[in-house]
Amino acid sequence: MVSGWGRYPFIEATMLNPASLDEFRQALSRQKHCIARGLGRSYGDSALANEMISLRRMDHFIAFDAKNGILSCEAGVSLSDILKVIVPQGWFLPVTPGTKYVTFGGAVASDVHGKNHHIEGCFSEFVQSLTLMLSDGSLCECSRDNNPALFHATCGGMGLTGLILRGTLVLKKMSSAYIHQVMIKADNLDAVFSLFEQNAASTYSVAWIDCLAKGKTLGRSLFMLGEHSQEGGYLLPPEKHLTVPLVMPATLLNSYSIAAFNALYFHRQRQKEQHRFVHYHPFFYPLDSLLHWNRLYGKKGFTQYQCVLPKAAGLLGMKEILKKITLSRRGSFLSVLKSCGPHNQNHLSFPIEGYSLALDFKIEPELFDLLNELDSIVAEYQGRVYLTKDVRLSEAMFKRMYPRWEEFLAIRIRYGADQKFHSYQSDRLGL
Amino acid sequence: MSKNILIIGATSAIATAVARQYAAQGATLYLVARNEEKVQVLSNDLRIRGAKDVISKIADVDFLDQHEAIVKNICVELKQIDIALIAHGVLPDQKQVENDVGATLKSFNTNALSTISLLTLLAHQFVRQQQGVIAVITSVAGDRGRQSNYVYGASKSMVSTFLQGLRNRLFFHHVKVLDIKPGFVDTPMVAHLKKSALWAQPEKVAKDILYAIDKKKDILYTPFFWRYIMLIIKNIPECLFKQLKL
Ligand SMILES: Cc1cc2nc3c(=O)[nH]c(=O)nc-3n(C[C@H](O)[C@H](O)[C@H](O)COP(=O)(O)OP(=O)(O)OC[C@H]3O[C@@H](n4cnc5c(N)ncnc54)[C@H](O)[C@@H]3O)c2cc1C
Ligand SMILES: NC(=O)c1ccc[n+]([C@@H]2O[C@H](COP(=O)([O-])OP(=O)(O)OC[C@H]3O[C@@H](n4cnc5c(N)ncnc54)[C@H](OP(=O)(O)O)[C@@H]3O)[C@@H](O)[C@H]2O)c1
Repeated sequence: MVSGWGRYPFIEATMLNPASLDEFRQALSRQKHCIARGLGRSYGDSALANEMISLRRMDHFIAFDAKNGILSCEAGVSLSDILKVIVPQGWFLPVTPGTKYVTFGGAVASDVHGKNHHIEGCFSEFVQSLTLMLSDGSLCECSRDNNPALFHATCGGMGLTGLILRGTLVLKKMSSAYIHQVMIKADNLDAVFSLFEQNAASTYSVAWIDCLAKGKTLGRSLFMLGEHSQEGGYLLPPEKHLTVPLVMPATLLNSYSIAAFNALYFHRQRQKEQHRFVHYHPFFYPLDSLLHWNRLYGKKGFTQYQCVLPKAAGLLGMKEILKKITLSRRGSFLSVLKSCGPHNQNHLSFPIEGYSLALDFKIEPELFDLLNELDSIVAEYQGRVYLTKDVRLSEAMFKRMYPRWEEFLAIRIRYGADQKFHSYQSDRLGL
Repeated sequence: MSKNILIIGATSAIATAVARQYAAQGATLYLVARNEEKVQVLSNDLRIRGAKDVISKIADVDFLDQHEAIVKNICVELKQIDIALIAHGVLPDQKQVENDVGATLKSFNTNALSTISLLTLLAHQFVRQQQGVIAVITSVAGDRGRQSNYVYGASKSMVSTFLQGLRNRLFFHHVKVLDIKPGFVDTPMVAHLKKSALWAQPEKVAKDILYAIDKKKDILYTPFFWRYIMLIIKNIPECLFKQLKL
């Protein structure tokens, strides 16, 4: 039985672990439909199919030019392994999601973004080239100049163009492994929006919203900024973890405990503004020191709803969405607000210029209506939801939110990918 | 000081995970494996992960008559072997080997005879050095013969018994001998089997192996709970055991 990170749904599936090109070809020819799987950190059903091909054993480094910061690796290498190699030499990931336990291939396929999207864009902006295995087992190189349509469809393409086998990434030079972090309390959504505007030039920014705060305090948050520090050297973090051993009863996460958590988080900081010198690890990967934290949501699992609204919709739209969530009292453990820069050329990449909000929801029958209502608001403002978190978006909504879906489908057909690569998600979305 | 490490069957999933941990410590690695493409890819990977140097040798260990030359080359290249890990192995299809003497003996050749041949040759070098660790991956399957895989089990227990004697002999030469007995590990060898909660990842097993080598242990069950599972299995009286469908 396998699932995505949200532990919903669980399905019966076979997972092949090919280790060489020949084994990948065999795996492809053995299966009618299949989908690539990395580390399974996508929340929903994008890396789920009854037949899956794992990239776990495709996890070798190919070349590292430590002088110019150019790294080539197989697609199954994790960002965590990449950091171990590059950080001691003074390099960093140009874009990183909130967990380092994702594969290079997964980062490309979801075209992930980080706390620096407003300035530096998505992961794919730093990908020089990719090698794919197409549905017929042949290899195909692509980049911005070489098979550009395939490249742009693959970045953000949720595994639906082929198996990404390897790629080359341009790294970011850093002055130390430490971050100068600033935390600012924002009393409501207006305040946090103006903080984002005022700090648009900061490299990293993010805000944690207390989703249960209502009325005048709606959207009260902790706003966080970061810049790479000049001091501290290039030390890797110690490898210490706590593990959530068992699936916890879901009642632990009822609205009271969430309220308590959020209040605690909010009041932990007494002064209005706090400056700290922190290692990059707690700054970028606060949840990674608690392994299997997804078990905290209980047996039925959870999902994350992440949407982005264009700048024009900004404050107004976000308020509408937050109000709806607050009213529903299904609020989440973590709710994260980020600002996004302009959209790139990829057909299905998520970010568009504006603001993105992400919340976790425990799975319960009434949830789906709420999320459908949120979809309508998001679509009304010409926003969209993030496919790598999604487990329930309807085909019609998807096609409204991602107007380039037809172009994407055409490329899929051109490369024969529609005959082979299918996930639960792609079938649901009509791709 | 950086260590010199020999790994036979280096492209095995478990051995690869071990090699990566030593690479991150800046070790020099000598890899023996039969698949040229795989070992090239692995050598590159280990260099990038921090290995001081990686030397590789393509060899199918089934050809016992080549062992002398291989070991000679190892000793020339490494001068001193701090750790030797023998990891290659095959899991024959029990149903097939029951009906095919040739296949039975071939699996004994790969799992047992080749390992014993290599160990015999390597032991001279370790006696000369008067130090170092020899580590061999056998299996919990060698602890008791079961109808579902006794050909594999017997080949592994042959190696385990050999290792007991070798450990005893080399004790007087300050050389440690570690017998590694993994339980179920999620690797290509067992890709066709259904996985349950008992299955461990090769990275976890590798971590245990490094620890056991470091602590100069004699026998390692990995993950640890297999020691207890096998204790129970070993203690079931034969008159009952033969009736079980294990
Ligand atoms: C705690 C946490 C924080 C996160 N924070 C962020 C964030 O800040 N920003 C962000 O953008 N995302 C974030 N994510 C989402 C995560 O980065 C993406 O879901 C990522 O794609 C997961 O990578 P994976 O290797 O686990 O891939 P999987 O989950 O296994 O697969 C995800 C998708 O990629 C495809 N895929 C994977 N490997 C390949 C390949 N080799 N070839 C072709 N297709 C492939 C799959 O088919 C699937 O469609 C977060 C996730 C978690 C759990
Ligand atoms: N996986 C388990 O559950 C489990 C449990 C107990 C013990 N073990 C033991 O652990 C060891 C490592 O296996 P693994 O699980 O990591 O599986 P694996 O990845 O399949 O490794 C087996 C390795 O043996 C190599 N090999 C087989 N015959 C060879 C030959 N004639 N010459 C040279 N190399 C040969 C294979 O080479 P190629 O790469 O070229 O195929 C492969 O690298 C084996 O000894 C196995 O018996 C495994």
